[in-house]
Amino acid sequence: MATEENTGIGASVLRKEDRRFITGVGRYTDDIQVSGQTYAAFARSLWARARIDKLDTGVAAAMPGVIGVLTGAEMAADGLGGLPCGWLVKSKDGSDMQQPEHPPLAHTHLNFVGDAFAIVVADTEEHAQGAARALEQSVEVTELTPVVSLADATQSAPIHEALTSNVCYDWEIGDKAACKAGFAVADRVVEVELSNNRLIPNAMEPRAAIAEYSTGTDELTIHTTSQNPHLVRLILAAFVQLAPEHKLRVIAPDVGGGFGSKIFVYSEEVSVAWAAKKLRRPVRWTATRSESFLTDAHGRDHLTKAKLALSSEGKFLAMQVATKANLGAYLSTFASSVPTYLYGTLMAGQYATPAIHVEVQGTFTNTCPVDAYRGAGRPEATFVVERLVEMAARQLRADPAELRRVNFIKPDQFPYQTPVALVYDTGNYEASLSQALQHADYAGFAARQRAAEGRGKLRGIGLSCYIEACGLAPSQLAMNLGAGVGLWESAEIRVNPTGSVVVFTGSHSHGQGHETTFAQVVSSTLGVPFDQVEVVHGDTGRLDFGLGTYGSRSIAVGGSALIRASEKIIAKGKRIAAHLLQAGIDEIDFQDGVFSVQASNQSVTFAEVAFAAYIPNNVPTDEVEPGLAEKAFYDPENFTYPAGTHICEVEVDPETGKIDIIQFVAVDDFGEVINPMIVEGQVHGGLTQGIGQALFERGIYDDNGQLITGSYMDYCMPRADDLPNYVVDTTVTPCTHNPLGVKGCGEAGAIGAPAAVVNAVTHATGMKDISMPLHPEKVWRALQRKRRAA
Amino acid sequence: MQIRLTVNNTAHQLDVPDNTLLVEVLRGELALTGTHIGCDTSQCGACVVHVDGRSVKSCTMLAAQADGQEVTTIEGLADGESLHPMQEAFKNCHALQCGFCTPGMIMSAIDLAQRSPGLTEAEVRRGLEGNICRCTGYQNIVKAVLAGASGMKAAATS
Repeated sequence: MATEENTGIGASVLRKEDRRFITGVGRYTDDIQVSGQTYAAFARSLWARARIDKLDTGVAAAMPGVIGVLTGAEMAADGLGGLPCGWLVKSKDGSDMQQPEHPPLAHTHLNFVGDAFAIVVADTEEHAQGAARALEQSVEVTELTPVVSLADATQSAPIHEALTSNVCYDWEIGDKAACKAGFAVADRVVEVELSNNRLIPNAMEPRAAIAEYSTGTDELTIHTTSQNPHLVRLILAAFVQLAPEHKLRVIAPDVGGGFGSKIFVYSEEVSVAWAAKKLRRPVRWTATRSESFLTDAHGRDHLTKAKLALSSEGKFLAMQVATKANLGAYLSTFASSVPTYLYGTLMAGQYATPAIHVEVQGTFTNTCPVDAYRGAGRPEATFVVERLVEMAARQLRADPAELRRVNFIKPDQFPYQTPVALVYDTGNYEASLSQALQHADYAGFAARQRAAEGRGKLRGIGLSCYIEACGLAPSQLAMNLGAGVGLWESAEIRVNPTGSVVVFTGSHSHGQGHETTFAQVVSSTLGVPFDQVEVVHGDTGRLDFGLGTYGSRSIAVGGSALIRASEKIIAKGKRIAAHLLQAGIDEIDFQDGVFSVQASNQSVTFAEVAFAAYIPNNVPTDEVEPGLAEKAFYDPENFTYPAGTHICEVEVDPETGKIDIIQFVAVDDFGEVINPMIVEGQVHGGLTQGIGQALFERGIYDDNGQLITGSYMDYCMPRADDLPNYVVDTTVTPCTHNPLGVKGCGEAGAIGAPAAVVNAVTHATGMKDISMPLHPEKVWRALQRKRRAA
Repeated sequence: MQIRLTVNNTAHQLDVPDNTLLVEVLRGELALTGTHIGCDTSQCGACVVHVDGRSVKSCTMLAAQADGQEVTTIEGLADGESLHPMQEAFKNCHALQCGFCTPGMIMSAIDLAQRSPGLTEAEVRRGLEGNICRCTGYQNIVKAVLAGASGMKAAATS
């Protein structure tokens, strides 16, 4: 536990933000009340695919309390643009990806169940909901045949008439010929067909928005549940063209979890803002959980064929991967990049496989759009690599840990150029593997397995050695590959005359604890007491442009920007101190909050310098500008590459198919760690989402495109009694290219865990493969089939 | 309809439509927004409050059903600056991240501790079945509930 005394980098400081949350005075979007507010509800498609023939709003508009009914046709007539996808992916043949129109409110076609086609604004939520339901009943449509199955979608007629097929892009990365050559000389080839189950993010706070339009100033203010409010503002201004950027303010106050789903700009938030401007009334909307299930961008949903070529000594020679990735009905904000640049590029994993070739078909279906969800592409890649490696070990009758070890990229091989574009800066995979094996008492497994057998249980152990690429960068490279936004981050440090500090960061915290960790960084760097550092984020009206939080980037990119801004503060502080101390600038040292003259006992404190900056009695303002505030924009040189080993040990009851996770060990290399308590918490949460994918969760549509896992009654969320206590530890190889040596920790658990669980269960049961989620019934049936076949 | 509620030791007389849920009164009429709504099927537990000392999902109870009863919400736990032992434990154990499920978790945890004096880890895990957290993986929540239960016991005997 942290002590009062130590609040520096590396200390488990208790969180500053906790007090408001444990006393019930946090301020989430739906907690905000606005005078004169009205309530919005959405009329949504009940069909997976339909053409709108007639939409008469008269009846709904006349219902009690209804203030306005605004349709997709009116939005189009107002000239509002569609929702853009921020990453242009090109196909193998060099052609641009196919992009369907994505109007915020549909006006000609409905393309998934939940697709919004009108917004109703009323005096109460109940009245708004009532009128929206009436519209859903009265809209006249022609039902069209939906395309639901990912496996069949590429061959089916296009769901969007303007497109030539349901293939958004047919993308590849790696050297196909080299890969073929690797397979040609292989001693053994391991092949697998895998599905990566569709997940529904389920941040506990549903999406919400409150928009207020000020007629006098023509300003539009939107409070919303966003991971990156500046991106919302940019898209509303530049693409939707709702209002110019300088007349828009987007505030993301306390946000109750995101996991990717609150990165994106959705129909509802845009429509609420438009309605507020059009009706000249504040409009609020909060999703019901049912709406969250239907419309929050889903995650994963891949079908993959993969094979691995091995030499007679068990060396990996080549890997070939072909994936169909479900993108849903429209391209969500970053959908196109997830199964390509965040997936194919990770296929080397931790291994020195010399040749890799990955092909991905991004595919449209009449389902909710699919986009980044915790890990975003990297869990899917890890699952492919680590299932293949585990199967290879079983086929070779090799120890899975040993087979991994002999194929690892060795510490002296860094920086390491993979065959799939990335350059890993540093790592020590052997170290995290060894430490994980020790924690898991890998050597003692056989005895535990025998003991379980005596109790009628099947015991198994599974490894997953994952790699992750965090802090997507640098901007120039990403933009050459089609990214539509920069990938830097901003920071501003304002020192007050009394010496306290306000830190403005473009990163956003929605559970990650930045108000604490970022304060630790600045407090350590400037020598200002921890409780005198305030971290501000999430408001386009208070801080410079920022890119928000996604891809475990906040400390690696946002934290580095803080260091750069701190360096500027210190540099200016030295100039002020030089005047105060009547010494040359080169003679001034700065350490632990004190500016001192070298080889003397003369010094001034940081607070004294701050005071002098604003009350410049002894500082000539023609030489040093008054004030002490600095900004920095940090663009990283490269991704960071966290990596680690996860080991899962399970017992399966052959009579029921029920799986108990007996032990789960995660040893991760996140580089330097700012707050170990918070990092451990991030790992716990990530692992739980990964285990949720492996054991419980799957978003299911029926053949008609109806979501049949549309509530917590049908979609199984991990609960406290489903899970073990995790054993979490770290190894440290500092990142080589950022000032803190940090890598990022938010997604690692969700990336490594699914393969570890499935490897453990297949090990326990002796099955070659079984698809996620591993529900007891599925496991039991597979065991029965195996028993009958034996 | 007219109802009387005592919420966090303050008496209220309210006139609400018959179909108003308790959570709507708390969040709307009384502006006690610490009680959250996370689902529409009574599964997530973000809305848990105490009614006459027992935990209740306030999204599943009509305000009328609480007529004449004592309601305690997350805002009513701390005694001025001094936190309830369960609140203290949640902070000390890093049992929250985004904080959205936290009020419901704490209210459920207090009831759990009050009902089972010798609470075990397995009982805590089972007892939190009706509270979903997407951030923490529950490990630190379980730790906090056990620590908070000890803290409550210590406070009761001191």
